[in-house]
Amino acid sequence: MEILIAILIGVLFSVATYLILTKSLFRVVLGTVLLSHGAHLLILTMGGLGGKSAPLLGEEAANYTDPLPQALILTAIVISFGMTALLLVMTYRTYKVHQTDDLDQLRGRSDE
Amino acid sequence: MSNFLTLPILLPMFIGTILIFLAKKHRIQRVIAGISSIALLIVAIYLAYAVYQSPDQIITLEVGDWSAPFGIVLVADMFATMMVILSSIVGAVCLFFAFKTIHSDREKFYFYPFYFYLLTGVNGAFLTGDIFNLFVFFEVMLISSYVLIVHGGTGYQLRESFKYVVMNMVASAFFLVALAYLYATTGTLNMAHLGERVAELGQEGILNGVAIIFLFVFGAKGALFPLYFWLPKSYYGPPAAISALFGGLLTKVGIYAIIRTFTLIFVHNPSFTHTIILYLAAGTMFFGVLGAVSQFDFKRILSFHIISQVGYMAMGLGVFSPLAIAGAIYYIAHHIIVKSALFLFAGATEKITGTTDLKKMGGLLKTHPWLGWLFFISAMSLAGIPPLSGFFSKFALILSAVQEQEYFIVAVALIVGVLTLFSMMKIFMYAFWREPTIKEEDINKKEMFGLLRPIIPLVVLTIGLGFLAEPIFTYSLGVADQILDPTNYIQAVLGK
Amino acid sequence: MKNNLSLHTITRIAVFIILSFSLYLLFAGHNNPGGGFIGALMAASAIVLLYVSFDLKTIKSVLPFYYPYFIATGLILAMGTGVSSVLFGYPFLTQFFKYATLPILGEVELTTALVFDIGVFIVVIGVALLIITTIAEDDA
Repeated sequence: MEILIAILIGVLFSVATYLILTKSLFRVVLGTVLLSHGAHLLILTMGGLGGKSAPLLGEEAANYTDPLPQALILTAIVISFGMTALLLVMTYRTYKVHQTDDLDQLRGRSDE
Repeated sequence: MSNFLTLPILLPMFIGTILIFLAKKHRIQRVIAGISSIALLIVAIYLAYAVYQSPDQIITLEVGDWSAPFGIVLVADMFATMMVILSSIVGAVCLFFAFKTIHSDREKFYFYPFYFYLLTGVNGAFLTGDIFNLFVFFEVMLISSYVLIVHGGTGYQLRESFKYVVMNMVASAFFLVALAYLYATTGTLNMAHLGERVAELGQEGILNGVAIIFLFVFGAKGALFPLYFWLPKSYYGPPAAISALFGGLLTKVGIYAIIRTFTLIFVHNPSFTHTIILYLAAGTMFFGVLGAVSQFDFKRILSFHIISQVGYMAMGLGVFSPLAIAGAIYYIAHHIIVKSALFLFAGATEKITGTTDLKKMGGLLKTHPWLGWLFFISAMSLAGIPPLSGFFSKFALILSAVQEQEYFIVAVALIVGVLTLFSMMKIFMYAFWREPTIKEEDINKKEMFGLLRPIIPLVVLTIGLGFLAEPIFTYSLGVADQILDPTNYIQAVLGK
Repeated sequence: MKNNLSLHTITRIAVFIILSFSLYLLFAGHNNPGGGFIGALMAASAIVLLYVSFDLKTIKSVLPFYYPYFIATGLILAMGTGVSSVLFGYPFLTQFFKYATLPILGEVELTTALVFDIGVFIVVIGVALLIITTIAEDDA
């Protein structure tokens, strides 16, 4: 299970890297989204996978999963939610102001 | 336990929230923001004093009454409180400069709330004792910085901020990756507990890997070589008050995080990690100053100088002796103050001449002598001319490198010092000498003094840091001793 | 959009189901799966459904809220629970709970964490709707 997830994380990271290196603004945004997904999955995997009980009182199970990675991921998801929203609005505004979403044309001129 | 510790974080957060309600009334906003920035400074100084007076010189707070290492702790040691004071000083000064320069349209679009949220994030990052909490406060700081850097939304700002945001989001994702590996390896995220576990663990290979990812993350946020490329262009765009705050403060939070993690947690193999930091420092200094030398724009030269001076701070950590760390800490204090002052001077000259291009300015010394000489003092301080603050901090750094026989870094640091002086003189000669470009009748004395008034405290501070070098350096040595001996920190947090 | 009868009818019913489920999630959040954040996202999605099926102007006249104030109110509420523990001499953010018997509801667990969660709920609703309406208004 861990190996499968590790491969999945690797795929997410490589796709994200590819997208971030493309020219289109919107694809770059998607790339950062996938990158944070990969990182969140990694945290989850690092806490240990396996069919243990939910870390809630009253379950009376023999062993519980580690709740900390879940708390960390929840926080990280909320943060990346906010970041992505901001970045999307910025992308949209950049597109409107510059009339292009091609990063090649958004390099800036040498005289400024 | 001292709830006072939360005040540098809670006060700006509370004020920022209140200011959301008052967003359309910019006069009331200014009054509240001004008063609370002064209050924040007083709180910060009192906190530093309380920490200095306490028996271990560390105060901790277990938030929510969850005992460490399970809950989040806030830890105020001498290093953290010093940084909080510096951030409050720069925060207050840049705010008062913003009153004079920020357009009222910008004020209506939540400039002040985000300004205070930025200070919340910065102070939180300094005071937290939990590495995941550090991530959270970093993000609070960064998301406010994204808003402020793009605030106003000109085409240039949007274009360059996009790169800044993407760069930082990638670094944040790697921050999470590093945290995941660290948690899997050590099973804890409390910094004191991490310091203890890393020493016991003996897993050198994997810890080196984690340390390098952390170095990458903080290096990207603190503009270390080779991850500094985003900085000059993105700091050029926003108004001077914001550039000054960013230039003075934001990269230093990255440096603070590097110093904190590489003195408390990753001290298992200094010959590997700290040597890498030393070479990165050399690259940062050298290429940063070369960038500055090649520029002909006031703000851009200053932006490139941030990079080269981040190198000096990293150099102190790379040399890794008490004197070197003390030098680096002194340098951070000097740099935050002087760099913000210089950016504000750039803003003032921009307001007066309407440009930041050095070739289009000239003769400001004749028309605006006060501006010229105050700038001259700050520039000389940055270049490291005695008896100003830059000299003593650089002297300590170079002396420590000589003592540790790192002659390579000494050579780089001295060459960079000369080039810094050169580019500061370039600004002075182009902007302040030559024939005046402004006519006598256009000079508005009252406006100029309004612009200068917020900057004067910073210039006084840089002179003060120079003339009071003895007590301040003793304090820096105390800070260095404290962070180089983590047992004290670990005991204070874990209570053993 | 044209007057789409089936969409409007279903929206009117579905919005109430979603909103009540979001409230359930908010109150279940302390000891069971749920919580302020997820509940608020669900409530926001209900309101977004309203925006989609009717148009922006109609819903604005029905719900004349200024969403930044939501964010500020929620933040103050959440911060207030943290600070209230300071006033009683406990560390910042200490949570308390007590079992109480209320009419109709019977025995319930009252916690200060719930107040915090309501704060989060309000903030997240404000954030989500502010983002969506800002982008949507710009197009119109």
